[in-house]
Amino acid sequence: MSETDEVLLSVRNLYVEFSTDDGLVSAVNDLSYDLKRGKTLAIVGESGSGKSVSSMALMGLVAGMNAKVSGEVYFDGQQLVGADPESVRKLRGDRMAMIFQDPLSSLHPFFRIGDQLVEAVQVHHDIDKKQAQVRVKAMLERVGIPDVDQRMNEYPHQLSGGMRQRVMIGMSLINNPELLIADEPTTALDVTVQAQILELLKDLQKEFGTAIILITHDLGVVADMADEVVVMYGGSAVEHAPVREIFYEPAMPYTWGLIASIPQISAKHAHLDPIPGNPPSLINLPSGCVFAPRCTFKHLVSDGLCENERPQLLPVSPEHTSRCHLTQNQRTDIRRERLIGRQK
Amino acid sequence: MTQDSPILKVSNLVKHFPITSGGIFQRTTGAVKAVDGISLEVFPGETLGLVGESGCGKSTAGRTILRLLEPTSGSIEFEGQNLIKVSKRELVFMRREMQMIFQDPYSSLNPRATVGDIISAPFQVQGVKPVGGLRSAVGDLMERVGLNPEHFNRYPNEFSGGQRQRIGIARAIALQPKLIVCDEPVSALDVSIQAQILNLLADIQNDFGIAYVFVAHDLSVVRHISDRVAVMYLGQIMESAPSELLYTEPLHPYTHALLSAIPIPDPDLERNRERIILSGDLPSPSNPPAGCVFNTRCWKAEDKCRSERPVLREISMGHQVACHFPEQNLLETISIAPTGTDFIA
Repeated sequence: MSETDEVLLSVRNLYVEFSTDDGLVSAVNDLSYDLKRGKTLAIVGESGSGKSVSSMALMGLVAGMNAKVSGEVYFDGQQLVGADPESVRKLRGDRMAMIFQDPLSSLHPFFRIGDQLVEAVQVHHDIDKKQAQVRVKAMLERVGIPDVDQRMNEYPHQLSGGMRQRVMIGMSLINNPELLIADEPTTALDVTVQAQILELLKDLQKEFGTAIILITHDLGVVADMADEVVVMYGGSAVEHAPVREIFYEPAMPYTWGLIASIPQISAKHAHLDPIPGNPPSLINLPSGCVFAPRCTFKHLVSDGLCENERPQLLPVSPEHTSRCHLTQNQRTDIRRERLIGRQK
Repeated sequence: MTQDSPILKVSNLVKHFPITSGGIFQRTTGAVKAVDGISLEVFPGETLGLVGESGCGKSTAGRTILRLLEPTSGSIEFEGQNLIKVSKRELVFMRREMQMIFQDPYSSLNPRATVGDIISAPFQVQGVKPVGGLRSAVGDLMERVGLNPEHFNRYPNEFSGGQRQRIGIARAIALQPKLIVCDEPVSALDVSIQAQILNLLADIQNDFGIAYVFVAHDLSVVRHISDRVAVMYLGQIMESAPSELLYTEPLHPYTHALLSAIPIPDPDLERNRERIILSGDLPSPSNPPAGCVFNTRCWKAEDKCRSERPVLREISMGHQVACHFPEQNLLETISIAPTGTDFIA
C-alpha cells in the first residue's frame, strides 16, 4: 500500500437516536474519529455503550429501526449519512464489509456455504458462476478451511464455531474491502480458536491493506490488535488515544476502572477494584458527565461541575483526547497513587 | 484450612449421554462421553477452579457432582457419604449443604416470582425456620449480597444482570451450605460488573468458609478466584495444580497452549511474546481420539500418545498431569509473568 497515511474513513459528530415507546434513546452522542488505510481502530466499551450501533450506523444498517442518524461520515471522500441507500448498498460487502459476533445467525441456514459466498461475489461483480467459484475456493483456502471442495457443499450447521467464523471472514473479505468492521469477532469462540482467528485477521490485514474497526469489550484483544483505541461509555467517546497510551497513560476514571476491573492472567491474587454501580440508561442520560454517577473521583472537582456540565473531549497529549473535568495534575497524581498504567 | 479431609471427593466420575437411533424401538448407537473418568478433591473453604473450552465437560462435571445429572459410574463422596448410594429423599436433605449458582442470571430466576419468594424458597423447600423469621432472614441475605432489602417485592425483570446474579447468590447461600458449584457465574456480565461479583463471591467465602467448585472458561478469572485449578479437555482432567503453579509452571502442552492463547491487556507484553496457535478444533466427544485425547492437536505427539491413554500422575507436591511427555522449564518460554515491567492494573 503506497497510500498508508491516507484517511479512509472520517466520522464527524455522529449522533444516532432511536425513538421507542419509553422515550428517545440516544445511542451515540457526538462521535468523531479518523481511520487510516491499513490501520486498526478498536472501539471498546460495555454493553449499551453505543459501540456496535455507531458502526452499524455508518454502514447504513440502522435504517428502518426508527433511527435518526445525523452528522457526517466520509468514506474515501463520499458522505454516507443521508446518502442514497442504493449507493451505500453498493459499497456494503464490496468496499466495506462487516463480521458479526455470532457466525451461526449471520450465515443463512438454508444455503450451502459455497453458494452464499458465490452470491456475495456475483452481487458486486459481473462474472459467471464458474469464475466466482474459483475465487471463493481460493479465499476459503486462504482463511484456513480444510477440504474446501467438500465444505463448499455443506450447510452452516455442519461447521464448528471457529470454521463458521472463518467462513464469515472469508465472505467479508472476498471482494477485498478497504474497510472491515469486526463486531466482537471472537467473543463467541474459545480462546485457542480466538488466537487462530486473530492471527488470521492480522495476516489478512497485512496482505490486503484492509482498515479494521474492531469492536470489543476485551482489553486483551485490544492490546493485541489495535493501533488506536476509542473508549465509549453511555454513547459517547470518553477517551481516544494510540493503543500504548490507553494502557500506559489512561487519562480518565472510566478507563482506569475498566483496566482495574479485569482479572489478569499475569497478576496474583488481589482484590479487584470494580467500578461501582451500573451503566446508565440511554433514555435519560445524566446532564453532566455521563460517568459522573459512578465516578469515585468527582469530589475532587469543585462546584459539582461533573454533575452539571458535560466535559468536552480535550487533548491531554498530541494524539490523546479525553472527556473529564479533572486537571492534568490531579490525573497524574491519581495514576501515581493508585498505580494505574505504567509507572515512570 | 483446619481440616485435612476433603469435603468432596470425586473418583473416576463418568457421565455418558447415550445417542439413540430408530423410532419407537430406540437402540443406543453410541455415547457422548461428556465426563470420562475424572477424580478430584475439594477441601473445606477452598476454591477449585475447573477450566476448559466449550464442550470439554466442565459444566456436566459440575452438575453431576451435585447429582443434578445422574452419573454413569464413579463415586462422589460428600463429607464421607457416597452421594450415588443415597436415596432421593436423603439427597434432598443433603442439598442443604450443597448449592449451585448458574451462568445465566436471566433464565435461572423464575420471572413470575418476587425476589423475596426466590430467596426464601430454599428455607421453604427444606422446611427450615430461620431465627427471627423468614422475612428478616431474606432481608439480611439481600443486604449481604448488596441488594436493597426494600426491593423484596420486585420481580427479576426489574433488575440488571449483575443484580440478578446477586439474587442467585443470595439464594445459594441462604442455608449456609458447605459447598457451592458456580457454573460460569460471571461470564454473562460486563467486565466492570464481573469484578463486583467476583469480589462478592470472595467475601462470602471468607465470611462463611464455603468451598467453591468454580466452573469457567476464562482462565484469568479462574486464576483470580481459585486456590487450585483443574484443566479439562474432552471429558478428562489434563492437569491439576495449585493455582500459582499451574499458571507459572504448566506441565501439560494443552495448558501451555491455553495460557499462551489468552491475550494480555498490555500491548508491549502482548506483542512481544511467543504464542502457540493450536491447529484444528476440538474432536467430537462421541468419538474421542484413541490414546491421549489431546494427541490430534498436540505438537509433541508421538506414537505412544496415539495408542496409550496417559494417566493423571503426580509430578510434584499437588501437581498432577496426564501426559506422557510433560513439559519442563516452561517459565522462560511462556513468560506470562511480566518481567521488568511494572504494569499494575
